[in-house]
Amino acid sequence: MDQFAALIRTSDRQPVRYLVVDDSVFARRNLSKMIEAFGGELAGEAGDGSTAITEYARTLPDIVFMDITMPHMEGIEATERIVAQFPEAKIVMVSSVGFQENIVSALQKGAKHFVQKPVKPEILYDVVKYVLSDKVLCEQPAPAGGGVA
Amino acid sequence: MKMELIQPFINAADAVLAETLHGPAHIFDVSMEENGYRRKGIAAMIAIDGQIEGRVILDAENATAAAIARELWAGEATSEESVHEALFELANLVIGNAVTSLNDLGFHFRVRPPQLHRAEVDAHSSEDTEALVMCFDCPKGKVFLNIAMNYKAVPASF
Repeated sequence: MDQFAALIRTSDRQPVRYLVVDDSVFARRNLSKMIEAFGGELAGEAGDGSTAITEYARTLPDIVFMDITMPHMEGIEATERIVAQFPEAKIVMVSSVGFQENIVSALQKGAKHFVQKPVKPEILYDVVKYVLSDKVLCEQPAPAGGGVA
Repeated sequence: MKMELIQPFINAADAVLAETLHGPAHIFDVSMEENGYRRKGIAAMIAIDGQIEGRVILDAENATAAAIARELWAGEATSEESVHEALFELANLVIGNAVTSLNDLGFHFRVRPPQLHRAEVDAHSSEDTEALVMCFDCPKGKVFLNIAMNYKAVPASF
């Protein structure tokens, strides 16, 4: 996977912290790899909506990648509950089911954006930059062999 | 089964298989299920409910499923569970994208999380549940989609 200019927090110049919520182990691993490529830090993972609420409160991530179709509690309901408790939560829905009704419902419940699977890293990267806007800056990698003469 | 209902699955499978498996994918064969569906190898089933009810099975022979898993996990897939996970994710992607198109056409229904389909032979089709089997030729081998759905309510546009 391509490496991206690292997204770091403007407040303390630390890596952006992500919570990944998906019932698929494969999807969580795939998103974790993208987070690594974005220079981020995986704050936590959850396999269903109920666990996502607990994990959000425990880890207080900068941003959440939230699947929709999950057992026990679906992503849209989990989003609503997290946003009710943490109004500043930045949640991006990441799902293969991307019809208009679902997108509108997720946005109404407090999600900030929607990305349809299969996820293209460059699209997700742009969405993270957009959703976190003034809370992040891009740290350009040092030029190769780049010492100062 | 109406073509309007089938075409989104063909489009989604073509696009998702080609993108995730990094090579051309195309539909190879289509047949109506007549004597019950015999599972080919490892199969993921996703249930659908709403205006249309039924289920879709994504199925591949064991060797093909293992090759798909190696591709998706970038060579890290070694366990049976990781092969199942890869098939589940592929089913999620294909069916999720098809359902997205169908919802935008006016059919409203939900999908459930994928489950392992263990039955060797599935129940026969019935008059109210038509089943169609599509075979896709993709870079790792043949992938089968078995779609069995019936209408509870058809949008006015159809």
